[in-house]
Amino acid sequence: MKRFAGLLDQLVFTPSRNGKLRLIQDYARRAPDPDRGYAVAALTGALAFARAKPALVRGLAEQRVDPVLFRWSYDFVGDLAETVALSWPGPAAAVVAPPPRLGDVVARLERAGRSEIPALLAAWLDALDATGRWALLKLITGSLRVGVSAGLVRAALAEIGKVEAAQVQEVWHALAPPYEALFAWLEGRGERPSVATGLGFRPMMLAQALDEAELAALDPSAYRAEWKWDGIRIQLAGAGGRLCLYSRTGDEIARSFPDLVEPLAAAGPLEAVLDGELLVARAGTGDRLEPAPFSELQQRLNRKTVTAAMMRDRPVFIRAYDLLFEGAQDLRDLPFDERRRRLEHWIRRRMPPRIDLSPAVAFAHWDELAALRAEARACGVEGLMLKRGDSPYVAGRPKGPWFKWKRGPLVVDAVLMYAQRGHGKRSSYYSDYTFGCWRPIADGTGADGTGRELVPVGKAYFGFTDLELVQLDKFVREHTIDRFGPVRVVEPSLVLEIACDGVQRSTRHKSGVAMRFPRIHRLRWDKPAEEADEVATLEKAIEAN
Amino acid sequence: MSDFHASDGPPRHWLQPRPEGLWCAPGRFFIDPARPVDRAVITHGHSDHARPGNRAVLATEGTLAIMRARLGDGAGGSLEPVAYGERRRIGEVDVTLLPAGHVLGSAQVRLDWRGAVAVVSGDYKRRLDATCAPFEPARCDVFVTEATFGLPVFRHPPDTEEVGRLLHSLRVFPERSHVVGVYALGKCQRVAALLRQAGYDRPIYVHGALAAMCDVYRAHGVDLGELRLATAARPSELKGEIVLAPPSALADRWARRLSDPVAAMASGWMRVRQRARQRQVELPLVISDHADWDELLATIRDVDAPEVWVTHGREEALIHAISAQGRRARALSLVGFEEEGQ
Ligand SMILES: [Zn+2]
Ligand SMILES: [Zn+2]
Repeated sequence: MKRFAGLLDQLVFTPSRNGKLRLIQDYARRAPDPDRGYAVAALTGALAFARAKPALVRGLAEQRVDPVLFRWSYDFVGDLAETVALSWPGPAAAVVAPPPRLGDVVARLERAGRSEIPALLAAWLDALDATGRWALLKLITGSLRVGVSAGLVRAALAEIGKVEAAQVQEVWHALAPPYEALFAWLEGRGERPSVATGLGFRPMMLAQALDEAELAALDPSAYRAEWKWDGIRIQLAGAGGRLCLYSRTGDEIARSFPDLVEPLAAAGPLEAVLDGELLVARAGTGDRLEPAPFSELQQRLNRKTVTAAMMRDRPVFIRAYDLLFEGAQDLRDLPFDERRRRLEHWIRRRMPPRIDLSPAVAFAHWDELAALRAEARACGVEGLMLKRGDSPYVAGRPKGPWFKWKRGPLVVDAVLMYAQRGHGKRSSYYSDYTFGCWRPIADGTGADGTGRELVPVGKAYFGFTDLELVQLDKFVREHTIDRFGPVRVVEPSLVLEIACDGVQRSTRHKSGVAMRFPRIHRLRWDKPAEEADEVATLEKAIEAN
Repeated sequence: MSDFHASDGPPRHWLQPRPEGLWCAPGRFFIDPARPVDRAVITHGHSDHARPGNRAVLATEGTLAIMRARLGDGAGGSLEPVAYGERRRIGEVDVTLLPAGHVLGSAQVRLDWRGAVAVVSGDYKRRLDATCAPFEPARCDVFVTEATFGLPVFRHPPDTEEVGRLLHSLRVFPERSHVVGVYALGKCQRVAALLRQAGYDRPIYVHGALAAMCDVYRAHGVDLGELRLATAARPSELKGEIVLAPPSALADRWARRLSDPVAAMASGWMRVRQRARQRQVELPLVISDHADWDELLATIRDVDAPEVWVTHGREEALIHAISAQGRRARALSLVGFEEEGQ
């Protein structure tokens, strides 16, 4: 547990992806089985056991720590698990058990009933040091947020075995924690574990962003076009009468979408693996499935519970665009055109509920396609996909067979308002910027008599060159007019040209709007702040609803 | 300054907080005064305790050397050194300085007036530190304690473990400079000494602002191994090396000379993750020169004073816990302002 706790502790403070990767590798190389397998399972959210509620943890602590001191401590620290970990006074008994191993903790929790948890937890808290207690409490309350994705963990493991991350991913989904066979294979002590089971996740094929300058060199007749849907990429796997729904990173997400999975399961066994987009269907379009904007889908993501109202107001469906397996037959080596033909046929024959086909977009010349793309501000469309007709389905992001051709970004002029220091290499630079647009003041007045005020509309921390970063940092330091903790308030005089992929309504922002993927496009040293855009400009760009 | 008339009695009659500092009436001197006075007894060289411009200063030789290095001529008019444990009579009071284990030269001030004994701790810690003499508990009637880490969440882990985490990070990221934020007096030299104890024998790079204090320590026989000035080093030379710098330099343009640095910080405050995150520290090291919660309570038991005055930190929680030990405890700032018998 000590090593795992040390790893978690370092991951919390390490901002860079590469840093996290190296820490996970270092841990996985040095920790023994089965601890390391349970550790990576804990990091990727793959463990299931009886959890402890925060109230239980607090109750335990108040039996050991003077309640007045505990309350003052909690006020000071602000996080329950950390307060308990730090203020736990050490063992009540003179004889202390040795600190538990992570593997033992997980194994014991998997068997334990709820009523056993308090005694188990107290004994472990007695035996661990402060960092160990913190890690244990994060684990057992299910709040292990250390900024690590499953993809990152698998990338770290892949490097240990000098194999592709996609290979680790495929094996990963065929195994269960503590993944001893996976480690044996990576360390050259065992065979590659079999991935024959039909329900496992198959690593996805991803598209390169299209560089328009290269378009002329591509032969339009070799490519097929589809709309690029603005939902989330999923994989639906059916085998032996069971269904799994995976996100792009291979997380199982079926639980969040019973309105999709249950009617599908009821319609009979689906012996196939489909690649497609998960979208919310607009209401009132009859049997035709029409995608609603991404912001609607967002309401259904990362929810712990799914309510009936949510499923009624924002029902989801799959728009399919590839077929990877049909029955037990692996189609991935077949050319795209052939897979597409089989997909169309399969959908026509099966008519599965809540699945439709992503239509092909016909075109003869690139100009023709460019014109279609320019008009593609329609609902749920993010641009176009280009796929070579002869391309097999290959895991990863190969260059050439698939391209995504997003519609042009929105560009607005905003004024720099606040700045904060960055992380890692950038920790000595003010590199995180909050910018705002103008809005009329309700009563028509204003501090400067203009009748307008700046309201923040977003934050960006990339898009600029190293040289521009140096200039921005200097500007921030020389134009600071106030500070709140780490935040510098900057004199509102520099205009930033911000590019973004779209604008949504937001109740969380004072301006009422939120940008998707904002980045700094250009620094407009030449432009006076008064000429920056108004919030109304952004409101006009809100996706049609 | 009013004249002193009490004939005897408990320390609260003759040891009192005043705007200038803690006033010992029968000796007519201040302890760690906040503004220039005629006569001062100084516990240790940190800038919130040793201020410039006093006419006469009594302190340990180590503290006086630190004051001279920090303040130059401002260190004081006449500087009188006194050894640990050596008794000096000032006015009617017997004054003895005892090791406080905080930094080089740091002392507790033991005051004995007509048999009533008060001990003013200054800043202190209880764990061993190769760069200064260990704390010596002394029984007393009133103990004036600091309370920097006066909450039960502050329990410092073993310092060897913290230095072990720094060396581990250096192994995982051998191409990155590891900049450790340290205070110039005490923490800097302690971290260097801990690294040497852990067997780290590469040169340690120090920011220019830390060099003078390191010299004072070495002149007092503290071995810190090879130190090099970071300011004189090329960025490529600092790859994979340990650099000690004042905490403010971490966020400063100064840090840009370092290649992709790991920002570490050695401080008791690093115990609370949110604090470390606010400071954008990537490797928080919980190394403190102040007593942690357990040490504060153990010390109060060791000196066994029936009455404790608390200052310099989070008074309320410590007062609550001392009262639970059955002792009288109050905030130093309130001493002399309370009704008798309260
Ligand atoms: Zn001090
Ligand atoms: Zn102090």
